[in-house]
Amino acid sequence: MTLTDLATRLELKVFTAGIPLDRPVLGGYASDLLSDVIGHARKDDLWVTMQVHPNIVAVAVLKELAGIVLVNGREPAPETFAQAEREKVPVLGTRLGTFELVGRLYAMGVKGG
Amino acid sequence: MELRRLRADLHIHTCLSPCGELAMSPRAVVDRARAVGLDLIAVTDHNTTENAAAVIEAARGTGLAVLAGIELTTAEEVHILGLFDTGAELGPFQAEVYRNLPDVPSKKKFVKDQVIVDAADYVTGFSPRCLFGATLFSVHDAVGLIHGHGGLAIACHVDRESFSIISQLGFIPPGLGLEAVEVSPRLTVAEARATLGPFDPLPIVRFSDAHKPEEIGSATTDFLVASPGLGEIRKALAGEAGRKVIPS
Repeated sequence: MTLTDLATRLELKVFTAGIPLDRPVLGGYASDLLSDVIGHARKDDLWVTMQVHPNIVAVAVLKELAGIVLVNGREPAPETFAQAEREKVPVLGTRLGTFELVGRLYAMGVKGG
Repeated sequence: MELRRLRADLHIHTCLSPCGELAMSPRAVVDRARAVGLDLIAVTDHNTTENAAAVIEAARGTGLAVLAGIELTTAEEVHILGLFDTGAELGPFQAEVYRNLPDVPSKKKFVKDQVIVDAADYVTGFSPRCLFGATLFSVHDAVGLIHGHGGLAIACHVDRESFSIISQLGFIPPGLGLEAVEVSPRLTVAEARATLGPFDPLPIVRFSDAHKPEEIGSATTDFLVASPGLGEIRKALAGEAGRKVIPS
């Protein structure tokens, strides 16, 4: 499954319009503690979070995550957006909360480790 | 100018904090700080500076120096300590914090009375605000606001699992402009360096984060300075003019 499939089926908002969404998503991780994501997320996971600080981009690069989805209608801070474009990290968004989004992702086959 | 070694605990809550004991009244804080041999303390309640003046007043003539301060909760749920000079006019700073502190009705069961007091320990009011809540400030906004009002910004208890800049953001964002990082009484500065990283060039300080009288001074940091003012502490944190931090 690619980010494009997920973004289309879940009607996710794409903040980083210039970054290709053809990247495969092999799993998912949901957490708002970046130290926890550094410790437990896996390569090619889609990361669900409500943190919008620029450090989320660095963590996504470090862990080679497939992309980031911001929940609850949150938008990336301007510097976060700039860094995501620079580092080619896809940042998407949804009005849904974490529980609901993760449930729908799971139903579509995106699983945790 | 002659430099002397001052023992400081610059992270102390009062009865105004939602988690601070009623026993943390200005006189009690001052008495305990003196009894455990502190030269300098700071009053750092959650998102408020409203009890600082009372503690400063209560300490007058005792030989204990008191800085005004605050423990700001940022939007990322990171705690940032703001330290200000004893006589700093904090009205505009406080107003800006309250403008950015969402009003969430809180259950009385889970927060303490948030008591505003005077220097003689008389109750003058109760804060109706959700002082434990997160402000709308990002960590960058919070540090900028503290600096804009002449203060020093320190990342609190970076070793803890919650409300720490490391737990919340994974690492300290480059260019944030902090003056220091604080570790909790749970570990020594040497242990912090070994387990969390050196944090260079930021100095590591260690304070109590006291919420009860008996916790005051349970972690301290010594400063080699000419006097107990904020300007001298700033120089010590920056290692300027012979002033320095002496971890204890």
